[in-house]
Amino acid sequence: MILRRIATLTLAAVLAAGPALAGKTLDAVRARGYVIVGVNGSLFGFGKPDEKGVWKGLDVDTGRAIAAAVFGDASKVKWVPLTAVQRFTALQSGEIDVLCRNTTRTLSRDTALGLDFVHVNYYDGQGFMVPKKLGVKSAKELDGATVCVLPGTTTEMNAADFFRKNNMAWKPVVIESTAELAKTFFSGRCDVLTSDASQLAGTRAVAPNPDGYVILPEIISKEPLAPAVRHGDEQWRDIVDYAVMAMIAAEEMGITSKNVDQMLKSKDPKVQRFLGVTPGNGKALGLDERWAYNVVKQVGNYAEVFERNVGPNTPLGLERGLNALWTDGGLMYVPPFK
Amino acid sequence: MTQASDAPAGATRFWNDPANRALAFQAAVLAVVFAVGWYLFHNVQANLARQNIATGFGFLGREAGFEIGESPIPYSAADTYLKALWVGVLNTLRVSFIGIVLTVILGAFVGIARLSTNWLVSKLAGAYIEVLQDVPVLLQLFFWYALFNEILPSPRQALSPLPGVYLCNRGLLLPVPEGHPAYGWAAGAFVAACVLIWAVRRWAHRRQEATGKLFPTFRVGLALLVGLPVLAWWLGGAPTALSVPHLKGFNFRGGLGLSPEFAALLLGLVLYTSAFVAEIVRAGIQSVSHGQTEAAMSLGLTPGQTLNLVILPQALRVIVPPLTSQMLNLTKNSSLAVAIGFPDFVSVANTTINQTGQAIEGVLLIMVVYLMFSLSTSAFMNWYNKRIALVER
Repeated sequence: MILRRIATLTLAAVLAAGPALAGKTLDAVRARGYVIVGVNGSLFGFGKPDEKGVWKGLDVDTGRAIAAAVFGDASKVKWVPLTAVQRFTALQSGEIDVLCRNTTRTLSRDTALGLDFVHVNYYDGQGFMVPKKLGVKSAKELDGATVCVLPGTTTEMNAADFFRKNNMAWKPVVIESTAELAKTFFSGRCDVLTSDASQLAGTRAVAPNPDGYVILPEIISKEPLAPAVRHGDEQWRDIVDYAVMAMIAAEEMGITSKNVDQMLKSKDPKVQRFLGVTPGNGKALGLDERWAYNVVKQVGNYAEVFERNVGPNTPLGLERGLNALWTDGGLMYVPPFK
Repeated sequence: MTQASDAPAGATRFWNDPANRALAFQAAVLAVVFAVGWYLFHNVQANLARQNIATGFGFLGREAGFEIGESPIPYSAADTYLKALWVGVLNTLRVSFIGIVLTVILGAFVGIARLSTNWLVSKLAGAYIEVLQDVPVLLQLFFWYALFNEILPSPRQALSPLPGVYLCNRGLLLPVPEGHPAYGWAAGAFVAACVLIWAVRRWAHRRQEATGKLFPTFRVGLALLVGLPVLAWWLGGAPTALSVPHLKGFNFRGGLGLSPEFAALLLGLVLYTSAFVAEIVRAGIQSVSHGQTEAAMSLGLTPGQTLNLVILPQALRVIVPPLTSQMLNLTKNSSLAVAIGFPDFVSVANTTINQTGQAIEGVLLIMVVYLMFSLSTSAFMNWYNKRIALVER
């Protein structure tokens, strides 16, 4: 089943006549009428349908922002849930237009995998989650532990590096489906679940007893999570990049989905350029001049998206931390929109 | 037009000759196949180059950097992708081989039970076959895996049915003898016993043909099979030291561990496939007419001899070909291990594909490895099938 999927995607890669020619992706997306976005599918807070079947999450909102920029309609998206193992083949073979699936940008993915990453939409780091009753206080006490981990992730290698560096023995239990892996961890098969800290929070939020688990203080890696596109289509890459950055820029300028209509009357030339009152940005990207207005109006700025999906008032309860604006001591910093 | 009538009567034109035509058609088909193959290859190369995706098998020599949960050979994250994939191959072989052996034994048992004259036994076997055949094997794997994880206690509360034997959600842990050269000798003696039994059987067969005297081959064989290795072990110094599993920190150390993933995969595959094998065995036995049994009985053969000398040789001819395909099914289904976290070949290859991004090379490797498994199983079973086939005169 899983094998068949990989094989199909490979076949698609073999037969694909040329999905990645410059400028071709935007034309194909326009002709089709919707953007195909690869998402997680079972990660609460990032990409998962709610009980009514409505897709929710930080990555999902990123996908919506891209659709709003391209079509002026954030709902023109088709979601394709992918496992960690399937995601790159799906993008390479042209099955999806963009991958918004809590994916870490790394050198080998940028080069050997033929991907192009855009602006980070969540700065993360890998952590460990253990059941409280185990009484573990630090990741350094995990010698001999059995660790649940997703295959095909940077996590898998980071964990191997961490245990090697600290000269500790461990046994991985590697399961491809996020949901199945979480179930296995909650059943007690593993002592530890390791993943990006945000993902651990998302998994804990759906635990049968969220209070029974603690996330250990150690963060053992840098995980800049960013959307990715195929290498070779610069125009499409720019569109995706600026759709993500528009949300951050909007927060910086104090534009929200609530006040964006008033902001259209703003006298600030920076805001006028951003919202397309002064034309230029849209033409440069090959989009409608109101593209950024549509992103903010329909999806919101980065702060809204963050609070809605993963912020302190959600079950994940994550603080902004590294993901705050640079003006607030975080890492979110985007180039001028001019 | 005039030229056609000039041709000598009786001689066919070059393109009307069926042999030449056949040759031309074959050449054309071959050309098309090559053209399509070349187009695909070229297309892949061009696409990969344009997207900047790495190609070739150079990655096999690089450090894998990921750990594998269970491995029959020593492996660490510092080893190469090649070694990691080899661990995957060994894991697949291990579960397939043990699975096939258990499936054949269990399937034969259930198939014979299905034919039992005892109403209860026959109906129970029938229910077993119907239920297990009709539930998808992936669901069965999930079921067994979840069951193991849910009902088994954590290592600190491990069940200990026998001293030194522990059962918990880390698996079944057994004490095993500490390494000692005497065990190597015992293994050698076991092989020697097998060769000896083969020789004894040949000799007994000849003697029976010459003199009609029967020789208790089975009992002598069993004695050799058990006796020789025990003797070798005793002569080697009769070591008795055991590596007993003991709880240290989070987990058990020492002894031999059977992980829940392996157990769930093995159990799921064996139960599922044995239901099919049971039907094959039943069909094989029923294909031998009852008159054969009656004839054998009236010649004075015991029920055991009837089964061994009359029924089975005929039934096996019907059983072996479909049995081969069930063995292949089991091997191929073992790739479902990915779903429940057993590090089989597909699981390791998937991780490799994901880390290197070289899906085409990876899928090619998966195809080649499974093809080799399947072809060697078929080759062995075809050889066996020829051996037991009816010798027609």
